[in-house]
Amino acid sequence: MEFGIVELSRLQFAMTAMYHFLFVPLTLGLSLLIAIMETVYVMTGRVIWRQMTKFWGTLFGINFVLGVATGITMEFQFGMNWSYYSHYVGDVFGAPLAIEGLMAFFLEATFVGLWFFGWDKLSKVQHLVVGWLVAIGSNFSALWILIANGWMQNPVGAEFNPMTMRMEMTDFFAVLFNEVAQAKFVHTVSSGYVTASVFVLGVSAWYLLKDRHIELARRSIAVASSFGLAAALSVVLLGDESGYSATHTQRMKLAAMEGMWETHDAPAAFTLVGLPDQEARENHYAIHIPYAMGLIATRSLTKEIPGINDLVLESQDRIRNGIIAYDALMTIRTDREATAPDVLETFEVHGADLGYAFLLLKYTDDPRNATEAQILQAADDTVPTVWPLFWAFRLMVVLGFAFIGVMLFFFIRSNFGSRDYPRWALWGAVAAIPTPWLAAEMGWFVAEFGRQPWTVDGVLPTAMSVSHLSMTSVALTLMGFVAFYTVLLVIEMSLMLKYIRKGPEQDVEETEIAMARHAHRLRTHDGNVPLGTPAE
Amino acid sequence: MILHQLIDYEILRLIWWLLLGVLLIGFALTDGFDMGVGALLPFVAKSDTERRVVINTVGPVWEGNQVWFILGGGAIFAAWPPLYAVSFSGFYLAMFVVLAALILRPVGFKYRSKRPSARWRSGWDWALFIGGAVPALLFGVAVGNVMLGAPFRLNDNLFSLYEGTFFQLLHPFALLAGVVSLAMLVAHGATWLAVKVDSPDILARARRIGFWAGVVAIAGYALAGLWLAFGITGFQMVGQVVTDGPSNPLMSAVVREGSWLNAYNVRPWAMIAPVMGFVGMALAVRGLARGGEVSALLWSKLGITGVISSVGLTMFPFIMPSSIDPKSSLTVWDASSSHLTLFIMLVCTAIFMPLILIYTAWVYKVLWGKVDEDEMITNKNAY
Repeated sequence: MEFGIVELSRLQFAMTAMYHFLFVPLTLGLSLLIAIMETVYVMTGRVIWRQMTKFWGTLFGINFVLGVATGITMEFQFGMNWSYYSHYVGDVFGAPLAIEGLMAFFLEATFVGLWFFGWDKLSKVQHLVVGWLVAIGSNFSALWILIANGWMQNPVGAEFNPMTMRMEMTDFFAVLFNEVAQAKFVHTVSSGYVTASVFVLGVSAWYLLKDRHIELARRSIAVASSFGLAAALSVVLLGDESGYSATHTQRMKLAAMEGMWETHDAPAAFTLVGLPDQEARENHYAIHIPYAMGLIATRSLTKEIPGINDLVLESQDRIRNGIIAYDALMTIRTDREATAPDVLETFEVHGADLGYAFLLLKYTDDPRNATEAQILQAADDTVPTVWPLFWAFRLMVVLGFAFIGVMLFFFIRSNFGSRDYPRWALWGAVAAIPTPWLAAEMGWFVAEFGRQPWTVDGVLPTAMSVSHLSMTSVALTLMGFVAFYTVLLVIEMSLMLKYIRKGPEQDVEETEIAMARHAHRLRTHDGNVPLGTPAE
Repeated sequence: MILHQLIDYEILRLIWWLLLGVLLIGFALTDGFDMGVGALLPFVAKSDTERRVVINTVGPVWEGNQVWFILGGGAIFAAWPPLYAVSFSGFYLAMFVVLAALILRPVGFKYRSKRPSARWRSGWDWALFIGGAVPALLFGVAVGNVMLGAPFRLNDNLFSLYEGTFFQLLHPFALLAGVVSLAMLVAHGATWLAVKVDSPDILARARRIGFWAGVVAIAGYALAGLWLAFGITGFQMVGQVVTDGPSNPLMSAVVREGSWLNAYNVRPWAMIAPVMGFVGMALAVRGLARGGEVSALLWSKLGITGVISSVGLTMFPFIMPSSIDPKSSLTVWDASSSHLTLFIMLVCTAIFMPLILIYTAWVYKVLWGKVDEDEMITNKNAY
């Protein structure tokens, strides 16, 4: 593969997006966990829950700002590096991004400051509401971003306008209720909830191991494991839903991540492990589970799942249709006013495959002059590189099931057991802290790398989406972003560790003693210092 | 969906041109004082406690304020996709510098007081200075360049080919626009500090610097006006102007001739914008010199509103003219989203913008009151 402006721009987008998503999942989940803790505080009035809220809130804050900071780049780099993409689909893709700002990010960002600064300025209930608004804001934010991303995977509710050379929205509600977007949204926020639960669990486990802040740690484990169990179940279930919707929206991605080269008789077998070989189009040393793939992907015993080779043949047809559409488009464009009705009709019929003709631009300046060999080559390009998808997907799934196991263990122990945890389990929970991030990044990798060679599936090839920039400019900013973000990440992690080591502001035992003393004083109420309480 | 036919395409485009202005003004009025305060930080506050006082005047609100910027980006993407595509890719390296500076701000606010080390804190103070001063300067430089015309052309596929370099952005007129922007926001930040700070030393320094910044802003704005009148050629649309046609910039004819200031011959009422700019800034400067904190802040807001409006009204209907290929120029009539998208976005804005204004006002009300040095010791939640 040659390394040009397209690859460099992709690398930059991948870097900045993956850095951004180091912070986002924790924000999504922790905002909600904190709101739950504060709710318990407001309902029971027990000070320990306020301390938990404030302690996890401090860690939330350290993480939150970097989510915001790296998010600034995300909002602008479509225009900076993907200028033609922005022109071509801005009419559809821009709307959910703008609504995200209007409806969600404004809410979240306006109230997050008040949450930190408002402890003495608001009533308990007001402060709680502010906390919930932050959590709701950040989760709604994810909704709109995934509606935008879902449209890139499954571009519904829009059509190409030859006069403006771009996709234009025809049905807003189709974009909104895109099945891919809905499944992705729940899957993504659930992964955030799992991330936050594993984080809270791991940090609390570390306190138990060090015999510090026992009360805070035990209660945090109870909350995190209950919430985390529900989230881990949901993340796997909705991941499955995403896979199911891919059977009719993104069949190539599905076939690639499963390493399915050939179409098999239904119900197809699931390849558990194997070594995909792109050249030979087969998997070496594969272990299969009969029927499983067909059952998971089609939820039936009779429906076939097309393999990569058949999908490539389909792409060849679509490229040929695309060339017809491209030809009609050129006629329409040269003489806008007086285009013959049959040309318009030709475009109407084949316009949906226009994007496939663009795949040829890599080999020829005018798709109409493409040779047969070039058409076959362009069709082969519709297959993403299989092995990274195959393995990233499996790693994510294994981790997903592992989270269910971990959460179930701690959930049972904390709610029905003795609330004593074996040391190996606690060390395991500490060691598990980085794993949800790994799973989440793998998930995004599968979603985005699996969509290649398209930025918008079947509509706009990635190679065509970039800006007119020099390699030097993009190399400069790529290095700049990587260096800058890495420094910020190191600073963030050092502060996180500092505040975790430091623990909650006021120790819980201290408060418990003070509360007991206070209650005792109320009971005796004769002004004398009761026997047995420590001197102040 | 046919509901969107209720409002003409032409009207929707006009509304979105106005809303673009509203967003930019909202950004300048709110995040503008954050940037001004950042730029003032090392100069108005000397000791650590003083610096914390200054930082905490914006501590609880900068996050919400910054969303005006994010929303501005989103709204340009949704309502003016060609503008989003052409401008951010064209001003690529400048945008990178702006983003890097803006990223320093959230981190600086939140992390600065998390460690006691003096080196750590002074490092973040300078990060906050850069995060305030650099974007304030470069936004002005960008506006200046837009008025000069940017060196881009659109090919038949409407792919934008930008032919300038980073250093070409540093045209003297653009630099002047940058100075006006920076000075105006520094003065705005000073009026904010005058309202929020309860510390005579900080106040005296903020007033002095703010006063001179305001004077520079007024002089620079006047100079820019003269430069536009005598030294810079404007752009005009020629031939039949179709206001409700498809958004294809190549379908309209544009020439580069005459002066931008012709706009005020065509629409004399537009003079109200520069007048507001001068009067607002002048009275804000007076307020900084003589006291009258709240009124100075309000006058400063009026001045900024006037200055930004005057840029939009001067260029109307252009939003980004091309210096090398005038027919590629983006205008209100040929660089918008589709009729349907503009309508949907208007409905969303009509629902959510009032809500945003209401809860933002409530948050400011809750946080109302001065910040003083004692609070830095007593308030555990302060930055």
